[in-house]
This record gives sequence, C-alpha cells and structure tokens, in this order.
Amino acid sequence: MSQTWAYISNYFIYSAMAVYTLSFFAHAYETAWAVRAPQTDEASTGSLMTKTLDYTRTEKAARIATAMMILGFILLFAGVIARGISAHRVPWGNMYEFSITGALAFTGAYLGALRKYDLRWLGLLVSIAVLLTLGTAVAVLYRPSAPLVPALKSTWLVIHVCAAIISGGVFLLANVIAGAYLYLDSMERKGPRTVWAQRLPSLEVLDQLSYRLVAFVFPLWTFAVIAGAIWAESAWGRYWGWDPKETWAFITWVAYAAYLHARVTIGWRGRRAAWLCLFAGSTFLFNYIYVNIYGTGKHTYSGL
Amino acid sequence: MSQEIDLPELGATGLLRYSWRQLTSMRTALILLMMLGIAAIPGSLIPQRDQNPMKVTQYFTDSPTLALWMDRVSLFDVYGSPWFSAIYILLFISLIGCVLPRSVEHFHAARALPPKTPKNLERMEFYSIWDSQGDEIEKAQSLLKSSRFRILMDKDGISAEKGFTRETGNLFFHLSLILILIGVGFGSLFGMRGEAIVNVGERFINVPTTYDSLTFGKLLSEKDLPPFVITVDKFVAKYNTLTNAPEDYTLNVSVVENPGEPSIKKIVKVNSPLKFGSTNVYLQANGYSPIVTVRDSDGNVALQGPVPFLPQDGNLRSIGAIKVPDADPQIGFVATFLPTQARDSVRGGISVFPEALDPKMLFSIWRGDLGVNAGIPQSVYRIDTSKMERIGLESLKPGESYSYDGGSITFEGFVPWVNLQVVRDPGKNYALLGGIVAILGLLASLFTRRRRIWIRITESGKVEVAGLAKNAAPGLEVEIAKLVTLLKGEK
Repeated sequence: MSQTWAYISNYFIYSAMAVYTLSFFAHAYETAWAVRAPQTDEASTGSLMTKTLDYTRTEKAARIATAMMILGFILLFAGVIARGISAHRVPWGNMYEFSITGALAFTGAYLGALRKYDLRWLGLLVSIAVLLTLGTAVAVLYRPSAPLVPALKSTWLVIHVCAAIISGGVFLLANVIAGAYLYLDSMERKGPRTVWAQRLPSLEVLDQLSYRLVAFVFPLWTFAVIAGAIWAESAWGRYWGWDPKETWAFITWVAYAAYLHARVTIGWRGRRAAWLCLFAGSTFLFNYIYVNIYGTGKHTYSGL
Repeated sequence: MSQEIDLPELGATGLLRYSWRQLTSMRTALILLMMLGIAAIPGSLIPQRDQNPMKVTQYFTDSPTLALWMDRVSLFDVYGSPWFSAIYILLFISLIGCVLPRSVEHFHAARALPPKTPKNLERMEFYSIWDSQGDEIEKAQSLLKSSRFRILMDKDGISAEKGFTRETGNLFFHLSLILILIGVGFGSLFGMRGEAIVNVGERFINVPTTYDSLTFGKLLSEKDLPPFVITVDKFVAKYNTLTNAPEDYTLNVSVVENPGEPSIKKIVKVNSPLKFGSTNVYLQANGYSPIVTVRDSDGNVALQGPVPFLPQDGNLRSIGAIKVPDADPQIGFVATFLPTQARDSVRGGISVFPEALDPKMLFSIWRGDLGVNAGIPQSVYRIDTSKMERIGLESLKPGESYSYDGGSITFEGFVPWVNLQVVRDPGKNYALLGGIVAILGLLASLFTRRRRIWIRITESGKVEVAGLAKNAAPGLEVEIAKLVTLLKGEK
C-alpha cells in the first residue's frame, strides 16, 4: 500500500520534471524569438543595427510557459502529497523530501509573485533552478519512503520545517532577483541593455522587489528558528546548542538582519545591497547543502 | 606638570563620550552584527569540545602542535571563547545604548500631538486642491479618526499622523533580544545538566552520586536538586525492518516526586520529557547491558549483574568492558555485544539489526593489572591492557558459560539501558517570551507604515490635501486618493 503511493509519488515527480522542461523550452523560445531582426524597409531608413522586441508573435509561447509552470506546480504538489501518504507523515524527513518540497515552495513563491508583479522574464531561471533541484533530488538524494526516527516525531516537524522551507523558497527567489540586478547593472554600465534584456524590469524595480521579498519572509525565518529552538528543547533537552545547523541558521538570520538594517537605517541600495542579499542567501544554501551532507550534528538523519 | 595632567583628563572624558557615541552608532552595531555572524562560522566547521569531544581528541592526536595553538585561541570552544563573548557583549551594549534612548524618545513622541501643518502643502507628496463645499474638515476629521489617525486640529485644517506602531514594534523587537540574552544568562547561572545511564529494572535517585556527568550553574548547588526517584520499568524500541532505523522508543517509569509520596506510572518519549518544575528528564540514548556472572576457580561469585555497553553503529554493535577488580590477579573482559549477530569477512562479528533477535557476546579475557587503583579516571567501556596478558578468546550466546584458567564467565542474558538527561533551565521561559515578542515586534515594524496627511481650507475657499510617507513607504498615494474621493462626496 505505502509502496504503491511511493511509486505514484515518483511518477508525479517525473511528470512534473517533464512539464517543467516544456516550460523551460517555452520560456527560452519566448526570450529568443521576441528579438526581431531589422527589416529591409527599416534598414533603408538608417536604423540598420537596431533590433527590436516584438512580443506579439511570442505571446502564445509565453502563455504556454506559464501554463506549464502552473501544471508543473500541481504535479509536483501531487507528488509531495503522495510521498507523504506513502510514509504516513509530512514528507519532510530527509534531504530528498526537503528538495522536492523546496522546489515546490520556490515555484509557489514565483507563481505567487507573478500574480502581483510582471515577473515572467524570471520564468527561465526558475524553471532551470527547479529542474536542477529535482534532478539532483531524483538522481542523488533519492531514498525509499520510510517512517521517521523518534526524534522527528513531533508536531513541530510540520511547523518548523514548513516555515524553514517556505522561507528558503522566498530567500532563493530574492537571491535570483538580486543576481539579475547585478548582471543587468554591469550590463548597463557598459551601455544600453541588449535587446533580450530590455523586457526585464528597471534596476529600481528589481532592487525594491528583492528587498520586499526579504522583508516579507524575514519574520517567518525568525519564527522557523524559534520553532526549531522550542522543538530542540523538547527533543534534545536544550533550546540552543550551537549545532552546525543551528549555527548556520543563526548566521543566515544575522546576515538578513544586517541586510534589512543596511537598507532601512543606513540607506544601502543597489549593488551593495544586492551583494549583501546574495551573501545572506548563500549562507542559507550552504546550510542546506554542506551541513546536510558533510556536517555532523543532530540535524543529520537517515543517511541524508 | 599640571598642564600635562589637565589635558589627558579633559581628553579622557571626551574620549569616553566619543567612544560611547561610536559604539552606540548604527554603523558600529551593524559591523558588530556581521562580525557575530562571521565569528560563529569556525565553530560549525571545527569540532567543539562540548558537542564532539572525541573528534577534538582526534585533532590533538593527529597534529598536536596545530591543535595546541587552535586550543589557545579557543577554536574548540568557540561559543564560550573570550573573543566570541566580546563581540556579543559589545553588540548588546551597543544595542542597549541605542534602544533605550530611542524608547524614551518614542514614548514622548507617541504622547505628543502631530506637528503643525506646513505652510506650503503643494511641496508635499500627493497634493491635490479643489473648491471647498464647507464640510470637508468635519468629514475628514471623522474619516481619519475612524481609521485611527492621531489628529491635531489646526485653526484652518487638520494635521493627522499614523503608524507609530512601526517604531513601537521595532523597539520591542530589539528589547526582546535583550530579554533573550537575559534568559540565556539566567539559565546558565541557575541551571544544571546531568546524564546517567540506568538499566531497565534499576532506580535513578536524583542525588549527585547517581550521575555519570553533572554540571551546575554558578549560582546553583547540589542541594538544589529536587528529590525525585525514577524507577525504569520497561523500555521498548521499535525498528523499521527495511531501513533498520528506529521508529519509536517508549520508556515506562514509576516516579516518586517527593519522598513518602505514592509512585506514579509515566511514559517518557523522545519528544515528551518528564517534568519536575523547571527540571526536565529526557530520554536521550539507549543500548544494551549484557548480564554476566563471573566466578573464581572455587565457584564463588566475583561479579554479577548488567554491564552497560556503548553502541558503535546504527545496528547497536556495542563495546564494553567487564572489569573484575576483586579477583587476584585482576581479570578483565574486552567485549562486544551483537544484538543480531552475523559474520563479515572483513570486520568479523557484526550486528545486522538493532533489535536483539540473535544476540551474542564476543570477548577476550585479560589477566593482570586493570589500573583501576592508580587514581587516574578510566573509561568504563575500555580496558587499558598494557599491563595485562590475554588468556582466552570466546563467544557466547545467552545462557552459555565458558571456563578459563582461574575461573568462569556466564552470559546470563541482557537488559536494555537508557540514558536519562536531567536538565534544569529556569531561564528558558524568558527566552521564549523574548522570541515571541521579537516576532510580534518584527511583524509590527515591517508591516506598518508611518505617514502624515494634512487637510486645509485656504482663505480663498479651496481644499488642499497632501501627505508625507516616512521611509518612502508605498501606499499613501492610494490612501490619499481614497480620502479625496470621499471628501469630494463621490462626484
């Protein structure tokens, strides 16, 4: 019974990967084909080298790209749920499960932000990132579905890990945007943006957006750390013990706190703020990858 | 001479004031915050003494000189080191120096009325002007009051302000960090922490001698231990047959909280400790204690009972030492307990499952000087065999005996043991309160906007509306547009 659900989960996740791949190609097509080569009559008027952006002919590709992203989200969601059913618990017991749930949270953050902001240009990066995460999860991190070790059997698993995964998804989205900011900024320093980059938002918008994402999710991350401390108190007999995972969660917290202070109080904007944002986000990634795989300490369970 | 003394005196006060200003400046606080983050890194990459003492010892064996120097700069004890403490103490002084004056200032500001309407409203943000119909001021007053603005009635208009919660939340957030630090400090001064291995069937009496390890906070002493007694009745571990991983540990105990009181049956699990006031008892680890009887050549019992063995892997292959110091010459057994035995061509005897399905004990017998009388503390799981000679090698199943030159050993069976961790931390509730206030303060400060709105009727009979958003917070434009529509009366 539970093995059947584990297989169903795997099929959903493979399907999600296929659909994300389609979304990736649709985004790539849109980005590439929207650039229009100069036409002959334009050439005669002197604008020989001017390429233009024309979205009318890629409108369909764009719609397909977003639709595939939503479909991928639904399939991945089903895969995560099925994984949970197969193990009779929330699917957050090992790194494979964190990765598929994290990819879900990341797509969710993107789709949520897409409703409010014109972020479709980010879809290409999002689909690549999700495909890489899922690919690594399936190829390297896969573990058979199994029950939890006693220390993980707690309501706090749902609360603490859920808060941490959502925070991670949003932090990474903010990181992608800060990275895009730095790239476009260096491009603008050399001259006007190349054609494909013209559709991307202005630097100010990117700057504000990554700040808002961080400010929005920082309280949730604080909550994730505190919920972890409460859980640690009931499972391990102390609420804070400088376990490597705890230490890096603290470092991430400090780095984002510094980022928020730098922006709100000292007025950092632009490049410096983007670098600080990238630094803070990379401490989160380091915690997830390095501490889980190479680290010692109490957060290492069931192999990975 | 006097001049030379005078100058530094004046300078000293100035220097102090200057240093204090520097320390409590935002920039310094921010640098200290980043330094704290960076200073925390080495402790997560280098093994720490209180988490992983074995690995620290390994460092000392592998490269003694390097380890010695690392130890001198507290790299094996980062979070208790002088430099780490220096950073967070400076940070907290800076924080207090920054937050307390701001709290006082904010307290006064929150009780004061909004400032008067500026003369030239058209220079402010989101300015609009139209012909008055006479009742705009009254309308605006009730509208702003109902959306909980603080209002100052000028002679020709209204000055309204909202969003003090932002600074209130901000201050509460920072004050709560101080509360967390107080909680941590209080816990370490008045707390205690100890561990004891207890065999199933045995009693744990909460006195210092029962503990295998015990540390007290500076302001707590041995007589503050609550006088409870725990009898370990039964311990059941369930394991997954596919992954061998543990699925559930259940510990049944009988508890006498105070002497003379009746004993109460309780269940302890990993995530639900026993509670005695601010003292908690946690189920931390478990293993097996083989029960052995050692007899001398005349058949007299030299040692009998369960001996706790230390698990080495997930399948609970456990090592231990059975020491018979009263025998003459002394006898020791260097032993391995395999709950579900199997043979591996490379590693020899291994365990393939953590539950005791097919238990076996392998041991070598040593005769000579155990070294237990030398006064040097020894591991109970190991034997220093440097002054001993090996006189036998055997493996036994439960119920079997083995005779050697000078005596015999019987492997009677086994019982599980549990490691009870006893922790008293009276500061944790303050830290928790601090954590809760920190989140609430953070939410208040990140999601409220401070802004001002002014409405005025000019001498020429026009209505002017304008606003000002602090920190360029978005949303005021919409708010003012809505207000203007309402004031114009849906025209």
